[in-house]
Amino acid sequence: MKKEIGIFAMLVVLCIVVTILNPLFLSVMNLQNTARLVGMFGIFSIGVGIVIITGGIDLSVGSLFALFGVLLSFMLMRWGWPWPLAIAAILLIAIAVGVFHGFLVTKMHLQSFIVTLCGLLFYRGLARYIAEDQTLGFGYCTGFETLQKLTTGQVLGVPMPFVLLIIISFIMWVVLHRSIYGRYLFAVGRNEEAARFSGINTSLVIASSYVVSALMAGFGAILLAFYTNSISPSSHGNFYELYAIAAAVLGVCSLRGGEGSIIGIVIGAALLQVLQNLVNLLGIPSSLNFAVMGTVILIGVITDQILGRRKAKS
Amino acid sequence: MTADKPLLQMQGIEKSFPGVKALDKVDLTVYPGEVVALIGENGAGKSTLMNILGGVLRQDSGTIKIEGQPVVIKNVSDAIKLGIGFIHQELNILDNLSIAGNIFLGREPTWLGPLKLINRRRMWADTEPYLKQLGLNLPPKTVLSRMSIAQQQMVEVAKALSLNARLLIMDEPTSSLTLTETKKLFEVIRQLRSSGVSIIYISHRLSEVKECADRVVGLRDGANAGSLERDKITHDNMVRLMIGRKLEEFFVSPKAQTGDNYFRISDLATQRYPHHKITFEASRGEILGFAGLVGAGRTEMAHAIFGIDTTTGGEISIGGEKLQIRCAGDAIENGIYLIPEDRRKSGLVTDMTFRENITLPDLKSFSTLGLIQRKRETSVSEKQCEKLRIKLTSVETLVKNLSGGNQQKVVLAKWLALKPKVVIFDEPTRGIDVGSKAEIYHLMRELADNRVVIVMISSDMEEILGVSDRIAVMHEGQITGILTRDKFEEEAVMRLAVGQTSWAGNKDN
Repeated sequence: MKKEIGIFAMLVVLCIVVTILNPLFLSVMNLQNTARLVGMFGIFSIGVGIVIITGGIDLSVGSLFALFGVLLSFMLMRWGWPWPLAIAAILLIAIAVGVFHGFLVTKMHLQSFIVTLCGLLFYRGLARYIAEDQTLGFGYCTGFETLQKLTTGQVLGVPMPFVLLIIISFIMWVVLHRSIYGRYLFAVGRNEEAARFSGINTSLVIASSYVVSALMAGFGAILLAFYTNSISPSSHGNFYELYAIAAAVLGVCSLRGGEGSIIGIVIGAALLQVLQNLVNLLGIPSSLNFAVMGTVILIGVITDQILGRRKAKS
Repeated sequence: MTADKPLLQMQGIEKSFPGVKALDKVDLTVYPGEVVALIGENGAGKSTLMNILGGVLRQDSGTIKIEGQPVVIKNVSDAIKLGIGFIHQELNILDNLSIAGNIFLGREPTWLGPLKLINRRRMWADTEPYLKQLGLNLPPKTVLSRMSIAQQQMVEVAKALSLNARLLIMDEPTSSLTLTETKKLFEVIRQLRSSGVSIIYISHRLSEVKECADRVVGLRDGANAGSLERDKITHDNMVRLMIGRKLEEFFVSPKAQTGDNYFRISDLATQRYPHHKITFEASRGEILGFAGLVGAGRTEMAHAIFGIDTTTGGEISIGGEKLQIRCAGDAIENGIYLIPEDRRKSGLVTDMTFRENITLPDLKSFSTLGLIQRKRETSVSEKQCEKLRIKLTSVETLVKNLSGGNQQKVVLAKWLALKPKVVIFDEPTRGIDVGSKAEIYHLMRELADNRVVIVMISSDMEEILGVSDRIAVMHEGQITGILTRDKFEEEAVMRLAVGQTSWAGNKDN
């Protein structure tokens, strides 16, 4: 819990600094937009975080956004499917993708980095091929206005993605920190062999984490597709897996596995979005965007390391 | 054999860690060509003392003299320069390199001037004499991953010798060696001694100490506990030195045998030896020991019974009921538990708390609707902690902060919180100090007396002969004989272990 307080403090300090430099940060418009982004990024970061807790990694989510976005546009616009069917289909495909990743990692004993790296390349290529590299969208959402409202609307001024993040992170918090399955995730991440010797079906636990990640990517993809309403398959969701990994690392997940928390991941995701916002609000050239983010993450990790070491010594 | 001038004198060595005084004015003297055994319970300060000598740690105060000259050992390379070689329990080798590559690591002979290419021929040639001296008949270019642990250990010894070591520290050198390999190691030790090399030998296996030490130095709670000259080295004296009192009844004899053949394995074949079948029976109240050389297939058998490895055939039954065991979960459900060989790797999630480890195998019974009830967890783990007398500040202590003996008790506690029918112990006391050993033997006997079948795999001859009610001896995946108590003899076990079945009185049950 202590570590989450550290990153939360960092987030607060950052917000104060941005507000002082540009009070526009606190404008309703800006807060709403940031919350929207935090919601979307938070949701799929939780998924990737779960994989990281088991000691794996998921690099495929960014490309999945493109693939799912393209498919969603096809289903709704071209094939005229009813929206509940389209959503169900996307989530089912997401689960299938997760099962496939999990199978390759646990039964074929491939490294998760390689499996999901191939996924990153494959899904992007597939999305571009299906869309014939054309930019797709949802027009005026005729026929599925409800879905549009569900994904881009607001509840009492709070953007839907953020509301969904709250709900999902609460559920995932219970799952990870209070349920048997959550305990198994940590046990497998810390010491898979000992977990197996305790009678845990470690393959199933590990494989399931990829399903959770792909499913979260499915949710994220739907939100993102409606948020942009413009899916250019070659760039849609590019690098987003790295945001998720960065959020997880900031949120006290160890890439060695066995460590992490939902609250930490969500704060990590929020921190990244506030940083992005800072670049925009302070008029920093947007070309420096990644550089700023890289610097701040590095500072955060170094601080954590130094504080951690001091704690270990005392 | 001892010359008059000591090679090493450590005087008044003190060392504190936060909150603990690890060493309090400890003295240690070693003469040239002398084998000194350093004994003591875990936490007595043996490792700290040796780490100071080996340059891993620095003393707070006290002096170290080599051949009468005071020396300062700041780091490992200082120690090496002074002729001190340290063979750790966990070998410091690179198993992807050859023998020669390991021996000359960091000081490879080079050629072609500034290109600094490795002169492999020279390296191989320079390695040969050391291998000959240690009786290791392998070409210097053999890659270590293809060698046994005993051979890898010899490579470490060779490396130390090539660095002109005059004093070798061996920390639990036999803990992963077979009996024959141990005998061979002792030959090497004798031979090194006669060539003037001194050895500090750390071991918990007192019979080994008796066999090879010229002098025994005991440590207790970070201070000298006394020493024993060659003719005074007996089991009892050493135990007294270590724990300050006599261990009453180290081994416990059984209460009553039921002879009900409750647990039955028939024609079990493991993946390692698919064509050799294992058949045996064990009764409630009995401790069935499994002896054999390392690689005899005992651990594989245990893994097969426990469902960790898939079997290639055979039947497992309890109380006449045939069991289907496909994974460890099945075995646990049927009351068959395994306490694995490597507790840190397979027995415990050391980064988790005591509580979390205790409840891991049966979380379902600690939960409602899939959610864990922490109160229930805490109360059960506190009960287990008390029952097994595990020293803990709280059940939230991380298991990695416990001593080896206590960790082994945690593995036990985790299973005993359930309902054991058969408990398989794989090397239950490896690397555990004498005091905890006795406790674990008592716990095993107590379990047996409570009508649990105990199967104990052990490579420690003393343990096998002292603890078992019957001994099954394995050789290359087969049981070569089962000895009853009246036939217990080291030689009998050894002969069966190397595959000489004709000698055994009663073969095949």
